[in-house]
Amino acid sequence: MKTINEINEIREKTLSEISLRKDINYKGNEKHILVCGGTGCTSSHSDKIISKMNAIIEEKNIENVRVIRTGCFGLCAKGPIIIIRPEDTFYAMAQEEDVEEIFEKHILNGEIVERLLCKDIDGNTVKRLDELNFYKKQKRVVLKNCGMIDPENIDEYIAFDGYKALEKVLTSMTPDDVVNEVKASGLRGRGGAGFPTGLKWEFTKKAVGDQKYVACNADEGDPGAFMDRSVLEGDPHALVEAMAIAAYAVGATKGYVYVRAEYPIAVRRLQRAIDQAREYGLLGKGIFGTEFEFDLEIRLGAGAFVCGEETALMESVEGHRGEPRPRPPFPANKGLFGKPTLLNNVETYANITQIILNGAEWFGSIGTEKSKGTKVFAVGGNINNVGLVEVPMGTTLREIIFDIGGGIPGGREFKAAQTGGPSGGCIPAEHLDTPIDYESLSAIGSMMGSGGLIVMDDTKCMVNIAKFFLDFTVDESCGKCPPCRIGTKRMNEILDRLTNGQGKEGDIEKLEELAKNIKRSSLCGLGQTAPNPVLSTLKYFRDEYEAHIKEKRCPSGECKAMTTVTIDKDKCKGCSLCAKNCPVNAISGELKSPFSIDPDKCIKCGVCIAKCPFKAISRK
Amino acid sequence: MEKVKITIDGIEMEVPKTYTILDAAREAGIDIPTLCHLKDINEIGACRMCIVEVEGARGFATSCVMPVAEGMVVRTNTPAIRDARKVTLELLLSAHDKKCLTCVRNKNCELQTLAEKMNIDELEFEGEMERHPIDDMCPSIVRDPNKCILCKRCVAMCKKVQKVGAIDTMNRGFKSVVGTAFDKSLDDVPCSLCGQCINVCPTGALSEKDATKEVWKALEDPTKHVVVQTAPAVRAAIGEEFGMPIGTLATGKMVAGLKRIGFDKVFDTNTGADLTIMEEGTEVIERIKENKNLPIITSCSPGWVRFAESSYPDLLNHLSSAKSPHQMFGAIIKSYYAEKAGIDPKDIFVVSVMPCVAKKAESKREEMNVNGLRDVDAVLTTREAARMMKQAGIDLNTIEDAEFDNPMGEATGAAVIFGTTGGVMEAALRTVSEILTGKELEKIDFEEVRGEEGLKEATIKIGDMDVKVAVAHGLANATKVMDSIKAGTCDYHFVEVMACPGGCVNGGGQPIHDAKTRATVDIRGLRAKALYDADKNLPIRKSHENPVIKKLYEEFLGEPGSEKAHELLHTHYHKREYFND
Ligand SMILES: Cc1cc2nc3c(=O)[nH]c(=O)nc-3n(C[C@H](O)[C@H](O)[C@H](O)COP(=O)(O)O)c2cc1C
Ligand code: SF4
Ligand code: SF4
Ligand code: SF4
Ligand code: FES
Repeated sequence: MKTINEINEIREKTLSEISLRKDINYKGNEKHILVCGGTGCTSSHSDKIISKMNAIIEEKNIENVRVIRTGCFGLCAKGPIIIIRPEDTFYAMAQEEDVEEIFEKHILNGEIVERLLCKDIDGNTVKRLDELNFYKKQKRVVLKNCGMIDPENIDEYIAFDGYKALEKVLTSMTPDDVVNEVKASGLRGRGGAGFPTGLKWEFTKKAVGDQKYVACNADEGDPGAFMDRSVLEGDPHALVEAMAIAAYAVGATKGYVYVRAEYPIAVRRLQRAIDQAREYGLLGKGIFGTEFEFDLEIRLGAGAFVCGEETALMESVEGHRGEPRPRPPFPANKGLFGKPTLLNNVETYANITQIILNGAEWFGSIGTEKSKGTKVFAVGGNINNVGLVEVPMGTTLREIIFDIGGGIPGGREFKAAQTGGPSGGCIPAEHLDTPIDYESLSAIGSMMGSGGLIVMDDTKCMVNIAKFFLDFTVDESCGKCPPCRIGTKRMNEILDRLTNGQGKEGDIEKLEELAKNIKRSSLCGLGQTAPNPVLSTLKYFRDEYEAHIKEKRCPSGECKAMTTVTIDKDKCKGCSLCAKNCPVNAISGELKSPFSIDPDKCIKCGVCIAKCPFKAISRK
Repeated sequence: MEKVKITIDGIEMEVPKTYTILDAAREAGIDIPTLCHLKDINEIGACRMCIVEVEGARGFATSCVMPVAEGMVVRTNTPAIRDARKVTLELLLSAHDKKCLTCVRNKNCELQTLAEKMNIDELEFEGEMERHPIDDMCPSIVRDPNKCILCKRCVAMCKKVQKVGAIDTMNRGFKSVVGTAFDKSLDDVPCSLCGQCINVCPTGALSEKDATKEVWKALEDPTKHVVVQTAPAVRAAIGEEFGMPIGTLATGKMVAGLKRIGFDKVFDTNTGADLTIMEEGTEVIERIKENKNLPIITSCSPGWVRFAESSYPDLLNHLSSAKSPHQMFGAIIKSYYAEKAGIDPKDIFVVSVMPCVAKKAESKREEMNVNGLRDVDAVLTTREAARMMKQAGIDLNTIEDAEFDNPMGEATGAAVIFGTTGGVMEAALRTVSEILTGKELEKIDFEEVRGEEGLKEATIKIGDMDVKVAVAHGLANATKVMDSIKAGTCDYHFVEVMACPGGCVNGGGQPIHDAKTRATVDIRGLRAKALYDADKNLPIRKSHENPVIKKLYEEFLGEPGSEKAHELLHTHYHKREYFND
């Protein structure tokens, strides 16, 4: 167990060792090579780069260079990412084979490896991380340590002000002070609904119970979302510290983090963080020599999306089938094991230490009037800079997609952006200048959600997109209540018809009738929001639905069932290559005279189009 | 109790703070449709039928679980509510195997009733349906998941009231289904076969395994002498199948109906119950005297026996070896009665009308035979017996009473109360006391073992002995007793256990009432009362005074516990193991 003084000593000592990471004017001769160890870069083998680097360091006995595996830098599209500090050189898409050259030239001779530098969207080569457009409009509060520290080393966390907020809270604030500070900050839940965090803390504090719990929702099941996961992977102590603060504020002694088992790196790093915190006495009894006692446990989820819903999460933690239960009672009064429980999202917690250290006023100065602070988005789909971004609330979609995200690849047009995952909606170009905050997004038929942002270009069919999300909800519905269990299935069947060219008059009205009633009748948020993707695409792209039904035509051409594949007689040379490659033998003809496709047999797979050497086959 | 003022559909009322909106509406005479709700048992807010509007609230409120609050203004019947409920119901119907005309629950189905009440005249949202195999491999219960609406009432009944947990929801979303571990038949999982799940199912997804066809066949066979016996609880409930008020005692009409169906003899299982008391009572006395395997536990509830065999195999030596009354009686019919009537036992077909589905499986147990002949050939539930009567054009409302046939139709008040919790205990105490003390009881009502409490305990003075007894009904309560026996923390001498809450009057084969009736009427209490009234009005109220029984021992069995009695009237139990393959 460490005293406040001992922690301070660790902070000073470690800071002196790693301050060069933040100090561009550092004049010493040390270098830190930061290699991204987030899930994206790990899957493009950043770990091999790290081993190779360490092998070289050992082999050549290099003394002043350290390699650090960090959390996600955000620009996943360019991974694996290597950053060399203090000079802040940014190497993108480096491979194991490039490591020797980096050492040979850069580390040993101070010469930048030009070919590994990253080209920005505007074509400029950038040398330094902060020159990238991708980072210019971002503001890192939640992700401040991600990519900066070794997440498996508590000392590095402590060096950058880690556990200072907990110390402040325990030594100079009452639980009410803490609740009030969080209330004053205006922080709202980042898990989707945007409920004022301070109020939730207050409810839980006021609830009567012999035992209380704090819990963290790290289920993050939206397709393509990895905000929370990145925090766990890149800065796990931020969560541990925040949960301890929350526990102190509401009067809990025990906490649970519910993480899905499919996030092995996150789980491992969080467990390490918990172990280290225990070792330092930052978890357990008598923290910082006070009466305060708190411990934390990880509970693994099996990866059901509905287990992210707060009551289903609690059922699951308790060892039951993960099904939502009716509210009231709310978790603040009757949560885990029937006791008052505070449940917040990872990103929500990740703001807490900053609020405590910098004050509610500072936090309130970021963002908009009703939506304070920043929001992390996992940006994906048809966008150049696929990755993780953190922006102040109020940033517009256009800024995120074009300035930060680098726009749409392949010179295509922007068509729509989906926020809020399967619960959210599609936002068309006309609303690109909407500032991102809870209210504005709801007003245009979408929602903030947990931070998934999927960009779609003009090749995407909006009916098909709606179907994609509904496929997801049909799969993920827990099945407890009929509107969601059966209703989403029925909606999906209609969308299936539409995209297969079998839409009927009245289908749109049926979709609307179902959507309305599923939304208002379902038991939990999953069902209550499941129709949103359909409703929002109907709102902005109704003509596409109508074309599918009335003309049996998919305007974007994505729904293959509605296209016909034909051979242009004039261009066909009768080589028979198409016929040989057709998987269903739909093409026939005599060698050297034009071939033709039997429309009844053709499955529109398009193999022949690709095979024809004379470009004689096309889809209409 | 603290009260709050609320307004429902314009009706102002004051209700206890602990009420849900549904409770209050029912009190105000407002009918809110429900499907998943089972008061105190299944309060999960799943089916969404009971939604209402609450002024100032975001979205609809789930009335079955939403507590009332001061000043709350509720509307249960608005266009939006009607519309939403209708869509939900139509969706349920779209995934339901709508074979109403051939369904056992036709005209007694909560889903069907709601479709009628909500004026469903068209199904707008038809689509794909999951098809699941029907489980009809179990001798007691048939499960047809294609008719299941996933209300989970059965699951809650099994898990919470019975603490068995034989069934649960499997899969997710549209593929959800209530099923058993590894999709096995109920017979091959630790299900007690109590059938309580059937009684709470709003639809035809759960039902008894039909025996009516087999019984009709026997009746049609001229070589068969078809004898029917009826359990005590049947007479207290069968009238309900014909629209009589709950709690109507319809003994004479039931007998007349069975005769009209064409049974050659209609006997009373109560005679068998008196016999059980003689055998079991003797065992009680012996074991208490020898202080051997105490407490002795009753064995007339086959659901309980199967549960014990599955969950407490180490304690089976506590169970009385006496067969259940109808099995004893079947054995006597095929031996003593056959001899007296001069009929070859092979030609006798014994049918038991029981409030129970576990008895169907019990009658098929290997041990339940006399000289290789089944004690009982077919078991009908109360519901099936009524169905046969209806099929034969019989209406119990208009039929004249008839009497049980002799020589086996005589029975005592002690036997009639077998049908309710505490009844077997009371009947046994009446006989055991008098035999042990040799003196006539001053008060023959043992009030302390009556009533609805789940686990009743009493100390009964017999002579100078303090006999400690316990009565448990519902398997969750049985579990409590068994765990205390296992742990050695109780000192009971004699324990009565019935698998079904309330005992046989509430058995898994009894007439089924909807959830609202279950919540608002004390069904089992009324049926029990009918039996206690019958007991009070009978001339003989102690089993050992039954002249038929006396004669039976004199002429045939010798004395209780004799070798012959053991051969015919006793059985043994065995440990049940599952999931071994
Ligand atoms: C279907 C469904 C899935 C959800 N998934 C998540 C999730 O993965 N992570 C999360 O933090 N919140 C999720 N939520 C929201 C939670 O129910 C809850 O509101 C949130 O965790 C509260 O934390 P906050 O106030 O910090 O946002 C989900 C809600 C629904 C209805
Ligand atoms: S809305 Fe869907 S996920 Fe939620 S309880 Fe109902 S069936 Fe389950
Ligand atoms: S018969 Fe009884 S034990 Fe078996 S599933 Fe039904 S309720 Fe459970
Ligand atoms: S079997 Fe009957 S009681 Fe059980 S869930 Fe299905 S419909 Fe409900
Ligand atoms: S949700 Fe209330 S009765 Fe089913």
